[in-house]
Amino acid sequence: MTRFVAGRLVQMVAVLFAVSVLTFLIFNVIPNGDPAQRMAGKSPTETQVEAIRADWGFDEPLAVQYVRTMEQVLGGEAISYFTQLNVQQEILAGLPRTLALALGAAILWMVFGIALGVLGALRAGRLSDRLLTFFALAGVSLPVFWLGAILSHFLGYQWGLFPNGGYVPFAESPLDWAYHLVLPCATLAVLFVGFYSRLVRSNVLDTMGEDFVRTARAKGLSERRVLLAHVLRNSLIPVVTLWGLDFGAVVAGGAILTETVFDIQGVGQYAAESVGQLDVPPVLAVTLFGAFFIVALNTVVDIAYALLDPRIRVGGR
Amino acid sequence: MGQSPWRLALRRLRRDRIAVAFGILFAVLALMALAAPLWAEVAGRGPNATNETGQIAADGGAIDVVSLDGVPVGPQWRAEYLLGADANGRDVAVRLLYGARNSLLIGIAAALLTTILATLVGLVAGFYGRWVDAVARSALDVIWAFPVVLLGVALGTALALGGLTVGPIDLAAGSIGISIAVIAVVYVPYMARPIRGEVLALREREFVAAARAQGASGPRTMAGELLPNLAPTVVVLAPLMVANAILLEAALSFLGVGVVPPDPSWGNMIDAGTEKLVTAPHLAIAPGLMLVAAVLALNVFGDGVRDALDRRRGAAWGAERP
Repeated sequence: MTRFVAGRLVQMVAVLFAVSVLTFLIFNVIPNGDPAQRMAGKSPTETQVEAIRADWGFDEPLAVQYVRTMEQVLGGEAISYFTQLNVQQEILAGLPRTLALALGAAILWMVFGIALGVLGALRAGRLSDRLLTFFALAGVSLPVFWLGAILSHFLGYQWGLFPNGGYVPFAESPLDWAYHLVLPCATLAVLFVGFYSRLVRSNVLDTMGEDFVRTARAKGLSERRVLLAHVLRNSLIPVVTLWGLDFGAVVAGGAILTETVFDIQGVGQYAAESVGQLDVPPVLAVTLFGAFFIVALNTVVDIAYALLDPRIRVGGR
Repeated sequence: MGQSPWRLALRRLRRDRIAVAFGILFAVLALMALAAPLWAEVAGRGPNATNETGQIAADGGAIDVVSLDGVPVGPQWRAEYLLGADANGRDVAVRLLYGARNSLLIGIAAALLTTILATLVGLVAGFYGRWVDAVARSALDVIWAFPVVLLGVALGTALALGGLTVGPIDLAAGSIGISIAVIAVVYVPYMARPIRGEVLALREREFVAAARAQGASGPRTMAGELLPNLAPTVVVLAPLMVANAILLEAALSFLGVGVVPPDPSWGNMIDAGTEKLVTAPHLAIAPGLMLVAAVLALNVFGDGVRDALDRRRGAAWGAERP
């Protein structure tokens, strides 16, 4: 077991290293653009460009630049090429916003996903089940940036039911904080509800066919108790696992579009803006931050499964 | 053959009226995209023809296509400006159809490329195992570790500046080839993983052992024995990949790294439309509805295909949601 865990941890570090190299290369090799030229603004003199190049060390070999940038990113001292602000502080400033959005959405999609999924399973094959399936597919088909823009226009601007985007810190006014988060969370949750309700439905249906459920019924338990204590408990385990992974993925950058549409100013929006400016240090930092969330959660799940199921330790995924 | 599994699946699919209806809906959308030049003829202007100062007849008088304070006319419900004009006086309906060409072409081409790459990687990794599998899996893990939209935007932004030239492939900056390549690469792990898993299971079956015992080479076994058995998995995943690719293309265009304006795509039309929601909501609503219709049609049709091919419930369904 120790070997398995050690192996997974080494693999995790290796993947993160590869991600950082790849991100660095994407922005330094492919665009064949010169960051010094871009930073100098419109029509700079050659001396200005030279000065910036020497200042930021763009004239050094790529490997040296990579190591230096990574040292800064990991040490929390990376500076944006364009805003000259500390990248770590920007990410920390955006994190509570992104976490609030992701957590609110995750709770919504879990609650509605389970409720609609169980409903569909109980009515499997009937008209209401087929309607639920169709709505689930519709939810998955909605582009989040379009849905967000339409909702915030009609519910926010037109009818004044909700604020028209933006974010209020919790410390300022908890009520306003929650009020501003309703639409963004609901928008983000819609596509996940579609996915989760289908997953719950099929898991519940599978579990209902198991022998232990028949036994529970044979013991004379009420249908309600069979469903809650036996069926749901067993069919939700993989759903909860996936929920953790998806939550991580949303924090890691899955909310870029939602944040941009509602102007949440979280980590995702910061990433989108930095990418647009080819601002390497923030992009590298945010990508690593996101990749770390995704890879770490996946590793935890792998290790947890290996603890529970010895076959996995030997076989590999 | 009579009752081959494929024929049985086709019969089941034909009985699924909802799936068939939505399959037809997608075909209709594709045909409309193909017929874009015809509608441009009827409407009297091309997709990029601006008309900022022109007037059109309405209610017996004449009104500005774009008013003095920059508000475009709404839907006219006739050949000219059927769905209204945009901020530059361009015909929204015409742009919608030309946008459909870009969006659908990119979506279908990217999904096709993903399918080919993923099948190749999954097949080779699953069949040879050992270090080949280890290398392939690490490569997939690295792509997997990137947040989907972030990777798409990063690659799209970087490539949009300089283009990409690899051997004989030359993607000019700003061409839709870049969108296709970016989207295809991003989705490879989501398709290669289930295929590899399938190969791992198939590899242990008797017919593969029989082929090997008869002296069939590795590539021959893969092409002749494994590939045909992977077909159901690939066919089930393909429509869903197209749906996801169309969505990601729209997201990239929305963030400004997809189809380059003035050329239309549903994504960049929505992007332009969201800025004018207050005065001209039709600019965002029309392309959004087209996008939803196309993606929903593919998802419902793909769902029917899966049901027809695979009676088990809960099979792989829907890849990453951007």
